[in-house]
Amino acid sequence: MPAYLARRLMESILILLGITLVTFILLYLVPADPARQIAGRSATAETVQNIRDQLGLNDPFFMQYWRYLTALFQGDMGRSYLQRAEVSELVASRLPASLLLMVAAIVTELIFGLTIGIVAALRRNRPADHGLMIFSFVSISAPQFVIGILLLYVFAVKLGWFPIGGYGSFAHVVLPAVTLGFLGAGWYSRMMRSSMIDVLGQDFVRTAQAKGLGKARIILRHVIPNAILPIIAMIGIDIGLFMSGIVVVESVFGWPGIGQLAWQAIQRVDIPVIMGVTMISATAIVLGNLLADLVAPMIDPRIKTK
Amino acid sequence: MKKFLLTGVAGLALCGQMAAAEVDENAPMGGNMIVTYKDDVATLDPAIGYDWQNWSMIKSLFDGLMGYEPGTTTLRNELASDYSISADGLVHTFTLKDGIKFHNGRDIVAEDVKYSLDRVTNPKTRSPGAGFFGMIAGFDEWSAGKGDGLSGVKVIDDKTVEITLSRPDATFGHVMALNFASIVPHEAVEASGEDFGREPVGSGAFKLAEWSPGQRVVFERFEEYHRANLPKLDQVTFEIGLEPTVALLRLQQGQADVPGDGIPPAQFLQVLNNPAQKDNVIEGGQLHTGYITLNTQMAPFDNVKVRKAVNMAINKDRIVKLINGRAVPANQPLPPTMPGYAEDYEGYPFDPAKAKEMLAEAGYPDGFTTELYVMNVDPNPRIAQAVQQDLKQIGITAEIRSLAQANVIAAGGEADQAPMIWSGGMAWIADFPDPSNFYGPILGCAGAVQGGWNWSWYCNKDLDARAAEADAMTGEENAAARIEAWKSIYLDVMEDAPWVPVFNEQRFTLTSDRIAGDSSLFVDPVHIPVNYDYIYSKDAK
Repeated sequence: MPAYLARRLMESILILLGITLVTFILLYLVPADPARQIAGRSATAETVQNIRDQLGLNDPFFMQYWRYLTALFQGDMGRSYLQRAEVSELVASRLPASLLLMVAAIVTELIFGLTIGIVAALRRNRPADHGLMIFSFVSISAPQFVIGILLLYVFAVKLGWFPIGGYGSFAHVVLPAVTLGFLGAGWYSRMMRSSMIDVLGQDFVRTAQAKGLGKARIILRHVIPNAILPIIAMIGIDIGLFMSGIVVVESVFGWPGIGQLAWQAIQRVDIPVIMGVTMISATAIVLGNLLADLVAPMIDPRIKTK
Repeated sequence: MKKFLLTGVAGLALCGQMAAAEVDENAPMGGNMIVTYKDDVATLDPAIGYDWQNWSMIKSLFDGLMGYEPGTTTLRNELASDYSISADGLVHTFTLKDGIKFHNGRDIVAEDVKYSLDRVTNPKTRSPGAGFFGMIAGFDEWSAGKGDGLSGVKVIDDKTVEITLSRPDATFGHVMALNFASIVPHEAVEASGEDFGREPVGSGAFKLAEWSPGQRVVFERFEEYHRANLPKLDQVTFEIGLEPTVALLRLQQGQADVPGDGIPPAQFLQVLNNPAQKDNVIEGGQLHTGYITLNTQMAPFDNVKVRKAVNMAINKDRIVKLINGRAVPANQPLPPTMPGYAEDYEGYPFDPAKAKEMLAEAGYPDGFTTELYVMNVDPNPRIAQAVQQDLKQIGITAEIRSLAQANVIAAGGEADQAPMIWSGGMAWIADFPDPSNFYGPILGCAGAVQGGWNWSWYCNKDLDARAAEADAMTGEENAAARIEAWKSIYLDVMEDAPWVPVFNEQRFTLTSDRIAGDSSLFVDPVHIPVNYDYIYSKDAK
């Protein structure tokens, strides 16, 4: 196990290094000059040149990349070109909000997804099953922007149950979490349904029935715990999905997370901020996957860590 | 309203009314106002901030020597009690008012003026506004990093500062009213370093009370503000991160007073048709022109007949309808509210048949294929499609290149890349209400360089010389002749037709029932979306 963990950690670091390189190359190739974004439209060519010199944008690619990496290993993510603030501070001030939203969304999608999947499996091929599967199909296909605005209009504006966007209390987190969790709920309900149907057909379930156990007991003690295993492993992978959804959902609900920060940075070619946000999201995704792989054998001994 | 972010242009939608506004000095004091924005505030450092969102915020936090009468484009003394110019137009002497203080309680002295001007022009500050101060003596040396400040700025005593120019410049008063010329306390700048933009200390009507990134920025009244009975409001809260659509919902529920990003285009007609809201919509002009650049150094647009033909092919009325009438058709570079606008000039008529004839005369009877660059944010791609259809009528096939703002700007700055660019979302709003501001960077030779903003790559040395002459005409007695000189420059530009001027955008501001003030304050030329200092709350006693 420790050897496995060490190997996986090394792999993760290599992956992250690869991501910094790819992102850096992409930003280097983009045909937009950050110095001109900083200089503004009234600047002279000399001013732009001076800014390029100060930021080291005239240096060869590998020199720029090396400088970024060495600073990064010392914990320095640089300063935003446009806001002039430390990137680490900008990201740190946004991260808690994004993490809170992500946890709330995972809880939401599990509650909805698992419940729907279980009910659909137990009512297999009956109207309830068909109805729920249509719902899950819609939730997978619907654009998050539309769902967000719709939920805002109905539950915040018309019914007044929740605030119209913003951040601060428990009431603020409900609608964005539901919007973000909606997509995952659709996936999980489908996976849970087929996983349940799988388990229901297995020998040990028949044995349990033969022993004369009550139906509720069989479902709760034997079927669900077995059916849920593959789902748990999925949550880690899900983090990648959230990172893309978070940009949209944060902008609809005015949620002060890193999605909002990333969006503005991209608009204005603020390279240090783009790099910082990419690094943080990549780290979250890599850690999520690692965690999923580590947790899976603990809850299901059939899976071995090799 | 359109987002002119980085280029932004500084917000300066300087609009219309040249006459002084009726500002109610006795309006009640107290209360608060909530303004919503989608984007977080980039910075509140007056040397750095150059987008239309932070431009007016900075105006309320900081003061310069000069400013504008509220709701107008009329210059007035701000921190200066007296401003005099020598006979040759080169020496400008400012005397500071008595009893003016920074938010930290310290008295403002002449040394602060020098410190602030040296700071904004210091190459290490990397200010996007440094170039505006090019007329001050010693600018070239200092901006190259030589010496220890602008040699042209001299402190005479605690109350007096003397600024010597290297050339007479009629726009200097406006330059000293720019945010970039705001007076900052050196001790606060030195204490905060690069973070001064998050911890601003100025002398404006409001001071910063709270900044929660991505959530809200709160301004509160500065009790020792140098103008009596101002500001009217105790507090202004900027709620950040709200989509314009969501902001509108908040306003309808009474949870916001002004949607800072304006009325979203998709909801524009709905708001105008809503009896409860339509009376709260205030319309004003702005110093903006949207245009199509024709690259005069790329064939076939190097032929003036081709450029004239394109000018006659574009149906501007249809484009204005496309954006729900939020603009007026244009026929010259200057917008109607800018001094120097030629009211009797008729421009090129919309006449596809004649355009086709002219194209044949130029040697393109069957038209040609070209590219039209456009920023990829609505409504700009739709406008580009309308232009594409109009060009098709005279046989020109234009392929649309719809890109992010920064990429279009980069393409325009290369001599041989973009044959045509629709300027929407990028250019051009004046930085200050003077006709010269529509020439240098976008039509003069200085802008026709790699990385410049003269995307037509139009360079007429004769007009450049006339422009320099016009700007040297300082003094009240020459003001009218100077405006006439500029007017004829722009009409001669149109003879060469480097642009198709398409429309001048109008500003539409929506407010709640809770706040009030003279209507000019809601379309204030330099304060977008509203003049925070003079608006008052009906809740105040």
